[in-house]
Amino acid sequence: MAKGKNYSQFLVGRDDGRCVKCQACVRVCSNEVHSYDGKTDSIRSDSSKCVGCHFCEEICPTEAISIERNKSQLRKNANWTQDAVYNIVRQAKSGGMLLTGMGSDKNFKNYFDRIVLNASQVTNPSMDPLREPMELKTFIGSKPERVAVDRPGKLMKQLEIATPIMFSAMSFGSISLNACKSLAKAAADFGTFWNTGEGGLHRDLERYSSNAIVQVASGRFGVNSEYLEKAAAVEIKIGQGAKPGIGGHLPGEKVSAEISRTRMIPEGTDAISPAPHHDIYSIEDLKQLVFALKEATLYKKPVGVKISAVNNVAPIASGIVRAGADFVVIDGIRGGTGAAPLVTRDNVGIPIELAVAVVDERLRQEGIRHKASVIAAGGFRSSADVIKAVALGADAVYIGTAALVSLGCHLCQKCYTGKCNWGIATQDEALTKRLNPETGARQAYNLLRAWSMEIKELLGGMGINAIESLRGNRDNLRGIDLDENELKILGIKHAGQ
Amino acid sequence: MKTDYLIIGAGPAGINAVEGIRYFDKRGKITVVTSESIGGYSKPMISYYLAGKAGKEDMFMRPREFYGKHKVQLLLNREVVSLSAPGKKAVLADASAVHFKKLLIASGGRPVVPPVEGVEKIRGGFFTFTTAADAEGLIRYAEKNKVKNAVVLGGGLIGLKCTEGLLGRGIKVSVVELADRVLSNTFDSRASSILERNLKNAGCQVYKKDTVKKAKTDSSGALEKICLKSGKIIPAKLLIAAVGVAPAIGFLKNSGVKTGRGVIVDEYLKTNADGIYAAGDAAECGDFLSGGNSVLAIWPAAARTGRIAGINMTSRRKIKYEGGFIMNSVEIAGVPTISFGLSAAAPPGSEVLEKYVPEKNEYRKIVLSENRIVGAIFVGNIERAGIFSGIIRDRLDVSGFKDKLLNDDFGLLILPEDYRKRKIKTPEISVFN
Amino acid sequence: MKDKKRKKGRRIIIREDYCIGCRICEVYCITQHSQSKDIIKAYKFEEGLPESGIFFEQQGTVSFAIQCRHCEDAPCLYGCPTGALYRDKKTGRVLFDGRKCVGCWMCIMMCPYGVIKADIKNSKVASKCDLCIDGEFPACVEHCPNEAIILVDDRGVKIEKE
Repeated sequence: MAKGKNYSQFLVGRDDGRCVKCQACVRVCSNEVHSYDGKTDSIRSDSSKCVGCHFCEEICPTEAISIERNKSQLRKNANWTQDAVYNIVRQAKSGGMLLTGMGSDKNFKNYFDRIVLNASQVTNPSMDPLREPMELKTFIGSKPERVAVDRPGKLMKQLEIATPIMFSAMSFGSISLNACKSLAKAAADFGTFWNTGEGGLHRDLERYSSNAIVQVASGRFGVNSEYLEKAAAVEIKIGQGAKPGIGGHLPGEKVSAEISRTRMIPEGTDAISPAPHHDIYSIEDLKQLVFALKEATLYKKPVGVKISAVNNVAPIASGIVRAGADFVVIDGIRGGTGAAPLVTRDNVGIPIELAVAVVDERLRQEGIRHKASVIAAGGFRSSADVIKAVALGADAVYIGTAALVSLGCHLCQKCYTGKCNWGIATQDEALTKRLNPETGARQAYNLLRAWSMEIKELLGGMGINAIESLRGNRDNLRGIDLDENELKILGIKHAGQ
Repeated sequence: MKTDYLIIGAGPAGINAVEGIRYFDKRGKITVVTSESIGGYSKPMISYYLAGKAGKEDMFMRPREFYGKHKVQLLLNREVVSLSAPGKKAVLADASAVHFKKLLIASGGRPVVPPVEGVEKIRGGFFTFTTAADAEGLIRYAEKNKVKNAVVLGGGLIGLKCTEGLLGRGIKVSVVELADRVLSNTFDSRASSILERNLKNAGCQVYKKDTVKKAKTDSSGALEKICLKSGKIIPAKLLIAAVGVAPAIGFLKNSGVKTGRGVIVDEYLKTNADGIYAAGDAAECGDFLSGGNSVLAIWPAAARTGRIAGINMTSRRKIKYEGGFIMNSVEIAGVPTISFGLSAAAPPGSEVLEKYVPEKNEYRKIVLSENRIVGAIFVGNIERAGIFSGIIRDRLDVSGFKDKLLNDDFGLLILPEDYRKRKIKTPEISVFN
Repeated sequence: MKDKKRKKGRRIIIREDYCIGCRICEVYCITQHSQSKDIIKAYKFEEGLPESGIFFEQQGTVSFAIQCRHCEDAPCLYGCPTGALYRDKKTGRVLFDGRKCVGCWMCIMMCPYGVIKADIKNSKVASKCDLCIDGEFPACVEHCPNEAIILVDDRGVKIEKE
């Protein structure tokens, strides 16, 4: 067949008994799924255009719409899944790489779901966070060799965060300014940090710059002395969990006047972040850049490095720490992105649970664990994931996907089209206004607050009153349905042991 | 008789003045005198009354309890015949005197009666149309004499509203207008032509560039036919003269209050005499568009000047009247119309934007002077016309969106963003509604 | 601490920066002033639904919906010859009594926001916002999905529905 229909995973269901034809759905769908026909006074929905973002469903005043799975099925095939088949169909039509957004949805074993936490029962009594103080405060930065009393010692600048959760790097350009404002305000209000990503620092976000970690990525977008001066910390981005080994590409038509000004590139030109930093070809080069940034910031701000979790992540992390980084960010395979080739997102990198465990272990073995904070990133879905990551050795975590979900994202994975109905992954004025930064900030703040309360609850249950005491404390974890090898890598015992 | 506040006239100016006074002075004695036998009704309503679309009770602009609630002494059938400003004394037709501390002259207007040959011989059938009594008289006469034809002299607002009333009673009307079009004060020829066409369809003949020369009566003195200057003879039992209104200030002769065409007032609506104010159709108040003073005989100006004068009379506040400009809303033969400012003839040096769709009975015209709107006409489609009153009042520079002024979807979003956002955010200045 | 319900001087603020053009405010305004006050019953079964008191406008990507501002110094009140438009002393709202309206359109001429609708055919004002006098909370504020329409008290403090 020369021109077959596009397959969509979704089927738009409409309950005509409830639909009052107010046409709100027609007006709001950026993919033009719904249309109103005056002659027949009816609303039609073209499911083939539906991306499953659920915006129309949630705005419908009578709950008349239901976005369901397309019931059209291929013959059952464990190897040739529907996705596998339809991906080829799409490529046969386009001849190009398949793009995708957000984090990998593949069924890799999720180790967090196979790790359980301890609780106190008789000895070391548990604590009630509502009645006793719980310390979630965390310091990100290089710690001294030892605690020295009455002797002058040098203490590097630390970032003080009220909870071990920060907002991950999401650039203005990949997400809307309203989304950035929401996260920046929530972080500032809560007492944690947000990350500019490689988009530069927009002037409307400067008021939150004392809570901003700025990125120096391979494209060096927006990097000048003001940028470094305003930031609280600097992060050199070597890699990103969703797409290790490749750079980034913001197409020219998305480089608006605002983005052009913030990234300091000509309007309408493609914003290409090259795969490597073209001045970093060895660990010595990285050390040079780390110290160049420290010099530029007068040694007053922590300078860290972000890498993807790849095969030899432990020695790489060790090298980075020895290169003088004050913090290392490890981004696992389930990390999100605004746009990446599908094959890369789903097949490159390793899960963060394993990566953080081996990095923490390696740094301890080498006696350099204190020199840098370890920040874990890549698909944290709940406070339980966060606390397990801390127990596996992380000082703090970055959340990206979870933060966007709190703003309305429904993980339709179509960020790269720039038609995000929720006003998050788009620069289209008509769409970005849908994310009211006041309510967005409120929602993101609530997420931090809720998770922090849950972490306190879990800590209390373990009889611990400071997150510091759980850091790397593997004995509070047990694995379930994990084999010997996995348990060894994670450094935890099996439940029952 | 003594009173604290004497108000001459129970029209919109007088009624709003009562409210203005009572906002600050709950105790002072207020006396309202009117020469009519009912007070506190709306003159615009008399044409609806004539047409049978409203009953007598519906003509009142405030509920019946108004006078009791505000503790106002209302004296009907009391015409003021003379005034002494230094003596602070008003003399009524029955020779009694009212001594006041403060006075508001809100006596409104009197119809101008044109010289028509034979008018003095008419014993029945000749009316002017400015009061409820006029409307009642018309109704009685029309019913008693089974009137089928009427002539209305004057194609202005009052003339056309009277015409509407008569058509509503099933009476055929001939309108005689001196100018080349009806509503010549506020409409240009295009706007008028739409109305004239619709009037014709409603059973009304319009004679332009003409006037009534002679009125012929029968042996009993009842009106029988009308002779126009052009020579045309119209059989008609009713002649209504509606050629204009002039301020009813005859009683101010030798009073010590300075008058021009109307009572001359300053920006606080105070006359030259101590404690004496004027408002409404009788006064010559600030003209927003020309900058000088003029008599602006329209309802909203009367209401507003009355309110402000009332407040200022209490001496508890001193509020400036920002000045009015002419604006009218009148629906003729089923065609709604609204006009603002300098709408009939464009002043020299002005720019005119027009959209004329006669088959839909629609016409829109904007008059600009130095990129500011100074006049507008809306015929047929009056949706959101009020936005223009705000634009005129704010003297907004429209050069940035001139080409969109005639858009069908014209609205606040066409105005500049900062102007619009400011206008929506700031509450209006409180003047005691 | 005494927390009086500050009903007087309540005002609806509209923020065009957050309006997404869904026009659900109109739907709920009509529903609130329908007989059943239930959206499905009103739209599917009621005859003669009222017009919306909130006016929607759109120019390109900018949109907003505006309703009667209940101005402290309301020009429309100076224009109405019958008293059909009047001020409710208790709440400060500008209200409309359809029985007295004769369709003279003076209010439409006076309102600088253009938020009064005319029903030319029936010679009456079609609709004007009444701040949902029958309910506890303005319907448009309650149902705007993006908080483009919010209710504030006379101090400008945002009021949430309890």
